[in-house]
Amino acid sequence: MIEVRLFATFREGRQKITFLEAGQFQTAAQVIDYFHIPHEEVAICLINGRHSRLDASVKDEDVLALFPPVGGG
Amino acid sequence: MQTAYNGKIARINLSTGEIRVEELNMDLARKFIGGRGLGTKMLYDEGIATVDPLSEDNKLIYITGAMTGTKTPTSGRYMVVTKSPLTGMIASSNSGGVWGAKLKYAGWDAIIVEGKAKTPVYINVVDDKIEILPADEYVGMMSEEIDEKLKKVHEKCSVLNIGPAGEKLSLLAAIMNDKDRAAGRSGVGAVMGSKNLKAITATATKSSIESYDPEALQEVTKGCLKAIKENGVTGGGLPTYGTAVLVNIINNTGAFPTRNWQESYYEEADDTSGESLKDQYLVKQSFCHRCPIGCGRVINVEGKVAGGPEYEPLWAYGGNCGINDLNAINTANYWCNEYGLDAISTPCTIAAAMELYEKGLIKEEECEGVPLKWGNAEAIIEWTKRMGESEIPLARLMAQGSYRLCEYYGHPEISMSVKKQEMPAYDARAIQGIGITYATSNRGGCHVRGYLISPEILGLPQQLDRTETEGKALWTKIFQDLTAVIDSMGLCLFTSFALGAPEYAAMLNAGTGTSYTAEELLEVGERIYNIERLFNKAAGMKPEDDRLPKRLTEQPIPDGPSKGQVSQISITLPEYYKVRGWENAFPTEETLARLGL
Repeated sequence: MIEVRLFATFREGRQKITFLEAGQFQTAAQVIDYFHIPHEEVAICLINGRHSRLDASVKDEDVLALFPPVGGG
Repeated sequence: MQTAYNGKIARINLSTGEIRVEELNMDLARKFIGGRGLGTKMLYDEGIATVDPLSEDNKLIYITGAMTGTKTPTSGRYMVVTKSPLTGMIASSNSGGVWGAKLKYAGWDAIIVEGKAKTPVYINVVDDKIEILPADEYVGMMSEEIDEKLKKVHEKCSVLNIGPAGEKLSLLAAIMNDKDRAAGRSGVGAVMGSKNLKAITATATKSSIESYDPEALQEVTKGCLKAIKENGVTGGGLPTYGTAVLVNIINNTGAFPTRNWQESYYEEADDTSGESLKDQYLVKQSFCHRCPIGCGRVINVEGKVAGGPEYEPLWAYGGNCGINDLNAINTANYWCNEYGLDAISTPCTIAAAMELYEKGLIKEEECEGVPLKWGNAEAIIEWTKRMGESEIPLARLMAQGSYRLCEYYGHPEISMSVKKQEMPAYDARAIQGIGITYATSNRGGCHVRGYLISPEILGLPQQLDRTETEGKALWTKIFQDLTAVIDSMGLCLFTSFALGAPEYAAMLNAGTGTSYTAEELLEVGERIYNIERLFNKAAGMKPEDDRLPKRLTEQPIPDGPSKGQVSQISITLPEYYKVRGWENAFPTEETLARLGL
């Protein structure tokens, strides 16, 4: 399974955490499409805590964390 | 020539009661801008580096930025510059709200407070009139109450004050203004307390500031406002969630120091996140003077509607103490504001005390009924109050900060501090660049002297690999220099998510009549960073003070997304000194000559 964690405004109308069958998704972009999130709204895509491009591949047991633009200090 | 400077400083001697009006040195203003830069230069020239910080020889400079009070976005900030009793080095703590703008509108660029009053006093500024008044009836009062009381005495004033923590000379004491805004760091509130100065009220008839080229300023302001509104962070993330939105992202990168930095991933972090705060406690946003962002949180806490926590206390009281009780964190943060305590260093000291307790170094009987156990929600509230009161022995010790606490128990390495000031909420083992900022910050452990989190985590202005060391020294220098400029202009650092050096140069030039290019402005920032370092050198700083706690270089992160990582500061620090033109932590003669110092 791939664990997908959504944050901030991405949670509106969606679950915080979703588990997806790994075999159905090859890239982070395909996972993002599953949630109907426009790619340009994804400011930060973490795969297992590392910043990744949307075309990065995903595999079983990966944790994908998606954020819109956020900041602070 | 009309500019955004008033051209006027008040020098107030509390020992003699003398109040003198002095002209602002315009040559220095151009070289050091205002706020943090000019304040540090003034303090350095007055020979304060070698004095005892809590003696009457120390001075407090409350100084506005060059653009404070102008129509530029976020122009409400002021800086408190003094010698820190916590670090023994330069302190420059800044705050928003409206007090800084009111002081500027009253006609002053800065107030220098010297000496020590025999009995508690406050200073009342009403336009060009300044008086020293008795404050006996306000002693022991919390921030909210003194704000309300003084507003009844001086209608329409803005109040800056210390709480009980400053009166009791806690080295973690903040200076508060407008109830819950804080010049929080480096113990500036203790310096105010040591002078028997409880508050400064500012009232102004005017509500605008001149500028050198009003049309140009209007044009650049319009462009900056548009950029801030359209930026995803300043126009979206910060207004909606506040700085608290960082909890989840920092935790998900495995850079969220947990249980006093023993770990760096907190399973329950989401319970204490900006998303949870918004869903459960948020009443509304709050805005500082002329702020289009509104990152401030107004929440339900302690049966009231009051200021809510930033990211830093959510982390420091939360994961760093093993606490996922958001209401307890909100409450502890509320009491930090009320007592006038630094909401970073106070919870970090509690976290250090918890580690000392869990290791058996602090004994059960010292805790007087409230054990300092990881995860004890009652402890973060009660020990915050106790630190504010400084009555019982352990609380008195804790009110001096984690370094002195841990040193007392024979384990200074448990204090997660740099230059005796507690580090903030980003693990420098997981994020290599921020470690350089921590190690070389002139005011000790601090993130807002060069916020490398922006490129290393948030991808602004571009995404850097947080685990890499290459190039980070130069990035740190540029961020530190630009930050020094923003702090000296009297603007909020958060504008830099949307703006860059060219926009700041355009604002400053239109406001003050300078003609800086972006590159020249960064060199002014470099000059400011170097004058701070010269102050520290004169104060007795040693090269080994630019160091990170051993835990960060010797104990790899045990688990989570950044498992196995340590700080590579031994590689990055020499590179940093090279790009700064420093040798053994201090500027070379050549560097000083280049910067006109």
